[in-house]
Amino acid sequence: MGGFDFSNHTRNAALMSAGMPAPKATSTGTTIVGCLYDGGVVIAADTRATSGPIVADKNCEKLHYISPQIWCAGAGTAADTEFTTAIVSSNLELHALSTGRKPRVVTCMTMLKQHLFKYQGHIGAYLVVAGCDPTGSHLYTVHAHGSTDRLPYVTMGSGSLAAMSVFETEWKKGLDREGAVNLCSQAILAGIFNDLGSGSNCDVCVITPEKATLMRNYITPNVRVPKELNYRFERGTTAVLQEKIIQKDELRRYITVTEVDAKGEATLTTDVMQVDA
Amino acid sequence: MASSYMLPGAQQAPSFHSHPSTASQPRQHHWSPYTENGGVILGIAGKDYVILAGDTRSSEGYSINTRTARKIFDVGSGLVLGVVGMSADGEELARRVARKIDDYKRSHDKHITVNAAAVMLSRILYAKRFFPYYVQPLLGGLDENGVGAIYTYDYVGSFERESSRAFGAAASLITPFLDNQINLKNQFEPGSNGEVPRKPGDMPRETVEKIVKDAFTSAVERHIEVGDGLQLVTVMRAPPRAEGAEPEEEEDEREKTAGGGVISEVMSELKKD
Amino acid sequence: MSAGKIYHIADYLLLAQLKSIVTAELLKEIKNESNPFTLNGGACLAMAGKDCVAIACDLRLGQQALTLSNNFPKVFNYGDVWLGLTGLATDVQTMHSLFRYKVNLYRLREEREIEPETMANLVSSTLYERRFGPYFVSPVVAGINQRTGKPFICGFDSIGCIDFAKDFIVSGTASDQLFGVAEGLWEPDLEPEELFETVSQTLLNSLDRDALAGWGAHVYIITKDKVTKRLLKSRQD
Repeated sequence: MGGFDFSNHTRNAALMSAGMPAPKATSTGTTIVGCLYDGGVVIAADTRATSGPIVADKNCEKLHYISPQIWCAGAGTAADTEFTTAIVSSNLELHALSTGRKPRVVTCMTMLKQHLFKYQGHIGAYLVVAGCDPTGSHLYTVHAHGSTDRLPYVTMGSGSLAAMSVFETEWKKGLDREGAVNLCSQAILAGIFNDLGSGSNCDVCVITPEKATLMRNYITPNVRVPKELNYRFERGTTAVLQEKIIQKDELRRYITVTEVDAKGEATLTTDVMQVDA
Repeated sequence: MASSYMLPGAQQAPSFHSHPSTASQPRQHHWSPYTENGGVILGIAGKDYVILAGDTRSSEGYSINTRTARKIFDVGSGLVLGVVGMSADGEELARRVARKIDDYKRSHDKHITVNAAAVMLSRILYAKRFFPYYVQPLLGGLDENGVGAIYTYDYVGSFERESSRAFGAAASLITPFLDNQINLKNQFEPGSNGEVPRKPGDMPRETVEKIVKDAFTSAVERHIEVGDGLQLVTVMRAPPRAEGAEPEEEEDEREKTAGGGVISEVMSELKKD
Repeated sequence: MSAGKIYHIADYLLLAQLKSIVTAELLKEIKNESNPFTLNGGACLAMAGKDCVAIACDLRLGQQALTLSNNFPKVFNYGDVWLGLTGLATDVQTMHSLFRYKVNLYRLREEREIEPETMANLVSSTLYERRFGPYFVSPVVAGINQRTGKPFICGFDSIGCIDFAKDFIVSGTASDQLFGVAEGLWEPDLEPEELFETVSQTLLNSLDRDALAGWGAHVYIITKDKVTKRLLKSRQD
């Protein structure tokens, strides 16, 4: 585990202390939720990834695969949720192979929290972990600092308050599958419409002891209306100074060409085709 | 918790790094009277019309304050004022401008011209040079010749007349699109080998309105602070009175307007996520 | 945690000394309220069309408002994939040589060209490896999968989060402008020649509203068996 390369860290820390702003990572705003029901567990997420006030990705996937019956919804720094879930998924697979047992949700949650606690909150992953294993259906939240919760219904991300308001008014004991899917998607919609950090579509994943079903873009309430005009340009609208056409087979010869002259001295020629040379 | 005066960016989430202050430590009080409410407006001046448009979302941080906030105001005498930035200051500015324009009409018994109003707005802004209105204003109307005019300002009253301009959160997204589609920048006549630039002619108002709508739907897709509704305000010349028809009360009012501008407003929906 | 790399102590000291010299130079720039992502300027754009993709970049290299060069392309080719790199120029060049090295090793080991999807994951993991000391770049990958013939484009943040888009990817100091124009001009299933016009117009008009990017542009139109590279006529201010 780990394997981070810190060799740029000294340089960047010095730059940071000199007043350089921190690099903009995608996505802090998100709505993710989860809900247990009689016979399984449901998690759901919106699909907006932001970079400051700009939407970087309109339809990203925030539901991550961990193992066939454990899935994870991620909020916070997008790269951190992606790689943290991937590394735990990988280790859990090895664990399952070595023990010859199905992975348990509590094992996954423990691996996540220990990994995140080790990095003292610097890995900005906020996760909802859900799944079914031989001990039943489980739902957890894991915070970036390593703390965890086990609750019947949970929300996370910048839209967590909007989503929780739906759970607190609508949730009741003994939900069935349809009820849980509806409740989760309604909670996500509350986040999509009332939290600026969340938007676009609603992804849902239902996990039962038999199988997990990912319903990508379960609800798409934000399809763009057709444009009023057609913006295709006539050919020749843009002014071109030079042009070079290269067939693919020929192209292979243009990459990384290092010519060695008779004396054995390498003269590095350019590695891109030049139109302006 | 942070006071409601704090800017969205200045808010700091409580973390394990911040320790609760003890009574013995001196507590620093500060006052920050400004906030940013997002949104975007644009103005385009045509041969005989002016279009001002804005979205109707007003937000603070990641929360929406209202989905129905108009940013374009009818300030009287056939003039319209678009404001974006801090909505409280914007509304106050619009009220003051409307009041001043009404004063002008009552004391001079004529409507103010758009260029006179433009100078007046500049003075209003500069008067608050050291505690400015946190607003980027766009003033639109028809000039003495009935030609569309857009006046654009900075916070403290520097202004110029322009033919098109976008202000606000998504201005950087919309401006180059308008450059390309309204002013035909970077476009050449096909077949001219990049020698003959396409000339921006008199674009029909209907086409410009369509481009404006597309500019807004594009901005909504990519900027989180833009959305909910579109307010599209047009100032046009009054239609000529039919031969022999008696001037009505309202039409009489219209006659006095500088360029004979008639203001119409169309509201439409934008995405709400 | 096991260390990713083990340095000889002498190497480490030398490295630290070199780093302090480089850092001191950079600090002078940073003190002047600058940001490594906007220090040198530059923009890049990729778009998908019908059985084709396009990737384009500007040619400016600057030091804040001062332009140093008008011939600094930011799109690089590695066999069947193209990589656009904007951000801190030193990191752009470092990343370019790093990926040339990595793709060459891939080619030797696999005895085939790297596919764009594989390249995307290579870029992503290379960036995330430096999660706590990132390269200040925003890469863009474009290409056509030679096996399936499917167009592929994607973008990344500086720590390796992949943005898979089916329409367009933008990066650089003109990214806001590019987002706005591309969202207005792009439409699905453009033919290569139409895609060229749309990409070029999007890029040129965005560059004209960004003081830190511009001074010419390169546009690559990539189909399964042919690549067209064009140098655009653009404003030189």
